[in-house]
Amino acid sequence: MTALLSHAEFVLPGIRCAGCIAKIEDGLSHLPGVVSARVNFTAKRVAVDHDGSLDDAVLRRAIGDLGFTAELLVEAGEQDRAHARESRELLKALAVAGFAAMNVMLLSVSIWSGAEGSTRALFHWLSALIAMPTVAYSGRPFFKSAWAALRRGRTNMDVPISIGVLLATLLSLFETIVGGAHAYFDGAVSLLFFLLAGRYLDSAMRDRARDSAASLMRQTAPGGTVVYPDGSSAWVRAADLAPGMRMIVTSGERFGADGRIEKGETRIDASLVTGESEPAPASVGDRVIAGTLNLAAPVEITVTAAGPDTAIAGMARLMEAAGQGKSRYVRIADRAARLYAPAVHCLAALSFAGWMIAGAGWHQSLLIAVAVLIITCPCALGLAVPVAQVVAAGAMMRRGILVKDGSALERLAEADSVRFDKTGTLTLGRPELVEESLTAEERPLALALARASRHPLSIALARRLEGEGVAAADLGRIVEYPGKGVEARHDGRMVRLGSPAWIGCAAPGDGMACAFAIEGGDARLLSFSDRIRPDAASSVRRLEAQGLECAILSGDRRAAVAPVAVDLGLTAAVGLSPTEKVDAIHRQAAIGHRVLMVGDGLNDGPALAAGHVSMAPASASDVGQTAADLVFLGDSLAPVPIAVDAARRTMRVVRQNFVLAIGYNLLAVPLALAGLVTPLVAAIAMSTSSIIVVANALRLRRIAA
Amino acid sequence: MNGIAFLIPIALGLGLAGLFGFHWALRAGQFDDPEGAAIRILLDEGPVGPDRPDA
Repeated sequence: MTALLSHAEFVLPGIRCAGCIAKIEDGLSHLPGVVSARVNFTAKRVAVDHDGSLDDAVLRRAIGDLGFTAELLVEAGEQDRAHARESRELLKALAVAGFAAMNVMLLSVSIWSGAEGSTRALFHWLSALIAMPTVAYSGRPFFKSAWAALRRGRTNMDVPISIGVLLATLLSLFETIVGGAHAYFDGAVSLLFFLLAGRYLDSAMRDRARDSAASLMRQTAPGGTVVYPDGSSAWVRAADLAPGMRMIVTSGERFGADGRIEKGETRIDASLVTGESEPAPASVGDRVIAGTLNLAAPVEITVTAAGPDTAIAGMARLMEAAGQGKSRYVRIADRAARLYAPAVHCLAALSFAGWMIAGAGWHQSLLIAVAVLIITCPCALGLAVPVAQVVAAGAMMRRGILVKDGSALERLAEADSVRFDKTGTLTLGRPELVEESLTAEERPLALALARASRHPLSIALARRLEGEGVAAADLGRIVEYPGKGVEARHDGRMVRLGSPAWIGCAAPGDGMACAFAIEGGDARLLSFSDRIRPDAASSVRRLEAQGLECAILSGDRRAAVAPVAVDLGLTAAVGLSPTEKVDAIHRQAAIGHRVLMVGDGLNDGPALAAGHVSMAPASASDVGQTAADLVFLGDSLAPVPIAVDAARRTMRVVRQNFVLAIGYNLLAVPLALAGLVTPLVAAIAMSTSSIIVVANALRLRRIAA
Repeated sequence: MNGIAFLIPIALGLGLAGLFGFHWALRAGQFDDPEGAAIRILLDEGPVGPDRPDA
């Protein structure tokens, strides 16, 4: 090894099977300079160790040559790493608590079945030996959070848990030392086990959803090629671009920064910003915006704004501001804890006081108070929400709906109206060939030309022809004329694919079209349209049947929106800017509606953040996906009503779980208050209520279509 | 009592062995890619990596 070893990670949204893993790992390891490549299928990523001389761009191209799209992953933020570390710590604590719970339970069962005298003392000491370090290790997540709450003069669910566990342990140690009959080591340890299971599920769900969303995320632009005054050029990351730099952006590349075109003319796909699917022409002097796609020809631009100053970054700030309201949403578990924690403390304190007054002595009174704390300790309550949400999210993931966090399900269940964006949401957001009259000889030529261009219509044509099994003809040099089309020479004749005006045939009044012609032959008109998503109409009907009021909020022109609105029978507001969309949602919220925003583009980002809850298709811009609470895969719109249904069912199960958990505790509390609860009864009560809650949540595994 | 003197340390030892095994697997990253692990058994080729003969 001559150079320093480097590490790079790429997101691979397209991997689906074992073959893909083998192809990528094999292909990359045969690349000179690559030391090892390992695909993580769950996170849809590949980690590559390579020597420092190898450029990230080269690796990306190599993966592209293998037939996969890859995007360089920016190093995980400190926050993400902290989350991953937290899950791992919880899992370790859970393992230790599980080990201890099993062994202490084993010893406790022997005591309950009648071990006496020195045997009981020995078993109690062994239990203490296992339980004390376990409580110290596995209890830390609760102690830390409880201490943090107490220091700020507040209380949360972790306070009664910590007090219960610590009191039970200390009291049991005292009992063990004086040779008493009852010790609650098993209760303390299995309480930790159940609670940690709930905590871990909650945290694992967030991690997993975060990973899935990240793997779908395409970066707007990782950087660009900068030309220096001395004529040299280098690839520079987006973060290192600065105003005044001159950049060359080739066709098919995204602009890494805002700028002004200095040389060349092209067409730009600005759907990310405007939501408009038709590419717009741009030439010298025009502004370009970071993240938009250069379609036709290479251009040279002067950077006017980079990094945090770009229009996209401004949009992100607008989004952040709109999303502030959402972060104040109080999750149902926290609301329950707010009521539950003080109630439990009061009950335990009252029982202690009551028995003292009744003259039972401090030892007896404390024992009963601890029994009350253990019986009421919210371990089933701690499982009630995360188990239901994890099971539901898993079932939804199998149906192609990714849930970013549990509160999204809670908010989705509360939604009572839906606002759709048009382009890319109600429609597919990409042109589809609807009419063509190509002959059998023309097809291979058309495919060869279509493949040579990055124009969306060419891509749509190539996709259709490839789908029909047409093999591309072998054409020589293909020339692309920006804004016009492509041409090549075949058997001495010119063949052309491009705009109808350029080819010389009448264009239809509306809609997107291109034409194909062989020199001397007839021109063929190919028309395209942005198709409405399959199931859009039935999905909208279903949402209305679910009691949600539907409408369209679009940034497009009236003429573009009208046919879709008429087709789906929806009212529409048209020509809205991102800020106006946010305002429209705020107006709904002001009259008490909870809006589900469904959108995809960058222009929808702020509206997605402003909505009570939001969904985006997987084809959405990364801004849309980041802002959305749920992301759905596939072309169909059906996941929207399915998700609403699933969210409502999940919340029903969560509420049932609360009733079961609290009800069970309520039944057991009188026994505890009466001083009848032995460690055996406490252990049975606790595990039964937890198991019932988990079993109830498992019903969510089947989420109906 | 004699039985207990043998059996309890054995039970605890087995439990501890399992616990350490789990920790080792966690640290070795075996839980990082559960779906990939399920799919990798379908691969024909041997592992690719630094120990390939042609590297």
